[in-house]
Order: sequence, then structure tokens, then C-alpha cells
Amino acid sequence: MQSRHIEKGLYPPFIINALITAITLVFLALFLILPLVVIFGEAFREGISIWWGSIVEQEALSALRLTLLVAAIAVPFNLFFGIVASWALAKFDFWGRSFIITLIDLPFAVSPIVSGLIFVLLFGIHGWMGPWLVKNNIQIIFAVPGIVLATMFVTFPFVARELIPLMTEQGSEEEQAALTLGANGWQTFWKITLPNIKWGLLYGVILCNARAMGEFGAVSVVSGHIRGETNTLPLQAEILYNEYNFTAAFAVASLLAFLALITLALKFFVESRINKLETL
Amino acid sequence: MKKLIFGLILIAIIFGTIITKNPTTAKSLELLNVSYDPTRELYKDYNNEFAKYWQKKTNQNIKIKQSHGGSGKQARAVIDGLQADVVTLALAYDIDAISKQSKLLPANWQSRNLNNSSPYTSTIVFLVRKGNPKKIKDWNDLVKPGVEVITPNPKTSGGARWNYLAAWGYVMNRELKSLNKINNPVYAGEVKKAEAKAKAFVSDLFKHVPVLDTGARGATNTFVQRRIGDVFIAWENEAFLAINELGHDKFEIIVPSVSILAEPPVAVIDKNVNAHGTRKMAEAYVKYLYSTAAQRIIAKHYYRPVYPKFAKAEDMKRFPRVKMFTIDKVFGGWKNAQKKHFDDGGIFDKIYLTRNN
Repeated sequence: MQSRHIEKGLYPPFIINALITAITLVFLALFLILPLVVIFGEAFREGISIWWGSIVEQEALSALRLTLLVAAIAVPFNLFFGIVASWALAKFDFWGRSFIITLIDLPFAVSPIVSGLIFVLLFGIHGWMGPWLVKNNIQIIFAVPGIVLATMFVTFPFVARELIPLMTEQGSEEEQAALTLGANGWQTFWKITLPNIKWGLLYGVILCNARAMGEFGAVSVVSGHIRGETNTLPLQAEILYNEYNFTAAFAVASLLAFLALITLALKFFVESRINKLETL
Repeated sequence: MKKLIFGLILIAIIFGTIITKNPTTAKSLELLNVSYDPTRELYKDYNNEFAKYWQKKTNQNIKIKQSHGGSGKQARAVIDGLQADVVTLALAYDIDAISKQSKLLPANWQSRNLNNSSPYTSTIVFLVRKGNPKKIKDWNDLVKPGVEVITPNPKTSGGARWNYLAAWGYVMNRELKSLNKINNPVYAGEVKKAEAKAKAFVSDLFKHVPVLDTGARGATNTFVQRRIGDVFIAWENEAFLAINELGHDKFEIIVPSVSILAEPPVAVIDKNVNAHGTRKMAEAYVKYLYSTAAQRIIAKHYYRPVYPKFAKAEDMKRFPRVKMFTIDKVFGGWKNAQKKHFDDGGIFDKIYLTRNN
């Protein structure tokens, strides 16, 4: 009797089962698949040559270049910062630790517009560092450095947020064992710590990269919207949309979606690769 | 741990030197024009024309960069350090703000070029849906029951401030019969009564506005793309552009009995051009806007050229005849209008805060 009861709970009646599955599928279709279909549908509506023309257009190409450049700087920097910070925070216990963990979440907590304004207040002509920057002829906001800084700021919690719980849970027993057996610091890191966190790390990097390429609010505040120079792909998509150039706007959006799909494919590839290496 | 911190600092320093190297590269042959929203198409054409002219004259190849956004927002960016060589904004007040807050150009900038530094003018008209189902003919039709009006936020949009002032001026003109009375102390009492009527009218008008966008282009999209509202108070050029881009069969332009003469000004940003070494080019860029070729381009993009004789006759024919008053006449210039109507605690704040009562 008892086991039958449990079985009943584990395998709900067919109708409920089907209903739950159907709800999930409808939800997926509505919120994930439909938008993708719309983006690519609109982008290719006037034919592939028009789409290609919108992509190789000079301003779109420069936006693509800038977006990749920003991600190429921000992601490795945050990868490095994320590992260092979570290692320090997870493996050691010190006064103010939980405060710092909370602080790392700050970029998630504040609106991206505020993140952008922080940099205007810091590096604008009338900002804290403004007079010094002007004297030394350095341009930070309304130029590429400002965009990179703003992107770094909004994306920096991703890696650390993934790693801190993981590393805390793993504790430092394995590292201690390695050290007692005579390994030095680097060996311990490469052979013990890094392999243990690689999944979380990979996931954090992928999220970080996706946001770095897609960030709109903070970048919009510090960009200055100079065409062909300080517009990233998301900004370019908005500009084109506002110019009644809907096909080109969706072409640029499809490029962004495409970059996201590449990121996902990369994740899949690396995952399977690592699995293969492990089974050998 | 020490090593890691040291490494982190090292990387920050390396990165720092990389980013600071970047912007100091020679910019001598580039010009940045910071403009407002609806001029995108105009300056695309004009920049090509000017580059050709400059190439012929000096044998230099130049690149003109553009930045567009709400006029007030763009002025703010220049104040905060956007390296504009030239600004071409929606209203003089925004360039005044740059002059006042950052001293990047002298206070008398507006007298340095012809026609108050405005190479083109425009006005405010109505865009309605095809067939004009709500029968909108003039300003007073906008406050009829059931009419929804689209206009951007006067706090952030230059165009919206022109809209607001045009509506105000319409009532003043209706009440006083002659706008000359405004500056005549004999009619002070009459003017005061008219102003109370104007305030009530504008207050009523904003009760008919379902969404306030931040810029003119956003408001256009609200009306045209999202199909919200019955009438869109718009720049004349923006209304023409919407019709041309999105179909003659969907919208029509309605010209009110009276509207405002909008003068979008242009200026060279002295301190920036001195720093970039681009003064000659920037000054020529502004001056060339008054040339035959430029005036022709201006009319082509539905801005009213200050020298209509230079424009193509067929382009000029497209402009409807509108009775226009100036901001100086009705409001005593931008500084006064801004202070009285749009600054914090001004009339717009009061009517918008009480609009739901």
C-alpha cells in the first residue's frame, strides 16, 4: 500500500503530466523561440542581399568591431578578477568578508543607467577626475575607454557570483592535501583549484560575455553615440530602428542573436570536449 | 595572495596605458557634429556635400562624424565632455546652457552667424491619421473630448518645448487679436487675462497626452508604429519624413491657423576646436550651411531654408503657408521662456503635476 502511494506521487496521472509538459512547451515557444523567429524573420524579410548589405555597411561593421573589442577586453579582465576575488573570499575567512560579497553584487543591484552615470560623474569634464583628464588630454567617457569601463562594471559579478558558492562548498581540504604532499602554490591552483571550478567558471564567462555584448543602458549613457565610432551593436540597432530602417535594425539585431548562438555553441563544444578528455 | 594583488595592479597599469594611448591620436581631419534627433537625414546629405567642397578647396580629405539624440541630452553630453567641434541643436537655449555651464563658447555665440545662427527654420504642425477621423483643424480641436494627443516631454525634448510654446502662442493670439499688445504696457491687464487662458488651455492639452516620450523620434514612433493617439504635434520636417517613409495612405498633415517659427541654431564650440586644431574647418562647415548647395539640401529635407531663392522651386512648393510668430515676440526670447515655463517649479511642472485632478 505504502509503496503504491509513493509511486502514485512520483508519477502523477497522465493528464497532469501532459498539462505540465504542454505549459512548459508553450512557455518556451512564446518567450524564447518566437522572439528569435521574429528577429530572423524581419531581418531576412527583404531578402538575403539586403540583409548582407545592412551587415557590411560601414557603421554596422564598426559597431560589430567595437562590440567584439569591448567583450575581448571586459571578459578576460572579469575572468581574472572573478577567479582572484572568489578564491580570496571562498578559501579564507576574514573580517568584512560578507560585506565584500554583497558589494560584488552592486552592479546587479543598481540600474544600468546609474552605472553609466557613475562614470560620467567620475570622468566627465566636471567630474571628480575631469580637470586632471583634460590637462593630460585623456578622453574616457564618450570614447571607447568609457564604454569598456561601463561594460566591465555591469558584467563583473557574473564570474565571481558563479564561483564563490562553488568554492565555498568545496572548501580547502583538497588544496591543503596537495600542499602537504609538497605541491607549490601554482601547482595547487592549476591541478586542484582550477579543475574543480571549471564548469562554474565556464558558465560565468559565457554569461559575462553575453551581457558584455548585449549591454545597452550603461553603454548608452557613456557612448556619446558618435556614428561609426562609439556605437555598439545594441545602440546601432536602436538608431536604425529610429530611422525607420526596420530591416537594417533587425539585421543588426540578428547579428547580435547570432553572436549569442555562437556563444552557446561554444559552450556546448567545450563541454563535450572536456567530457571526452575526462573519459579517456 | 601578495603576488596576485601585485599582478592585478600590474594588469590595471598595462590596461590603463593602452586605453589612454587611444584617443590622443591625431584628429586633425575629423569633425564631430553633435546634433538633435530629426536632423539625421539632413546632415547625412550635407556632410557629403561639405566634404566634397572642402576637398576641392583645400585638397584635404575629411571625415565628418555625427551624433544624434534629444537636444537637451546632447547639450548635456557636450557639457560633460563629448568632444563636439560643431553643435546643431533644436533650440538656442541648449547652446546657451553649454556656454553658461562649461564656458566652451562665448555667450554671444548666436550673433556670430546670420539669422540668429539658424541656417534653416521650421515650424510645428499636426500629423493625423488618414481621412482625419477626429476632424482636427486647429489647436482648439486638440482638447475636444476623446482626442488623444502625442507630444514628447518638454523637460527633455527641444521639439516638445516648441510644441508647448506654439500652443500657448495660439491662445495669446486668439485672445489678444494682435500679438503686438504683449510688450505694450497699456495692455498689461488684457495680456494677463490672456495668459491665464493660455495656461488653462495648455493644462487641458496635456490631459489629452497618454504618453510623454523623451525625444521627438521616440514620439514619432509612438504615433506611427505603436499607433497610439489621434494627433501628433510634430516638427514639420518630422511629419513630412514620417509620411514619406511610412506611406501617404496612412497619415496627413494638418496646418493650424497659427504656429511658431522654430529656429534651430548652429555653433562652433571654440574651446574644442582650439584643442583639436579644427577651427578653420568647423567655421567653414557652419558658414557653408548658408550656401546655395546647402540651402537646396535643407529644403529637400523639409527644413525651411533662410534663402528660399537658392532652393529648388518644386521643393519650396511643398511647404504649406503657415502664419508664424516668433519666440521673441510672445515670450521675450528663450531665456525667459525657459525660466517661466520649463525650469523646475515652472508652469509646465505645475500643470503636469495637477493634470489628474
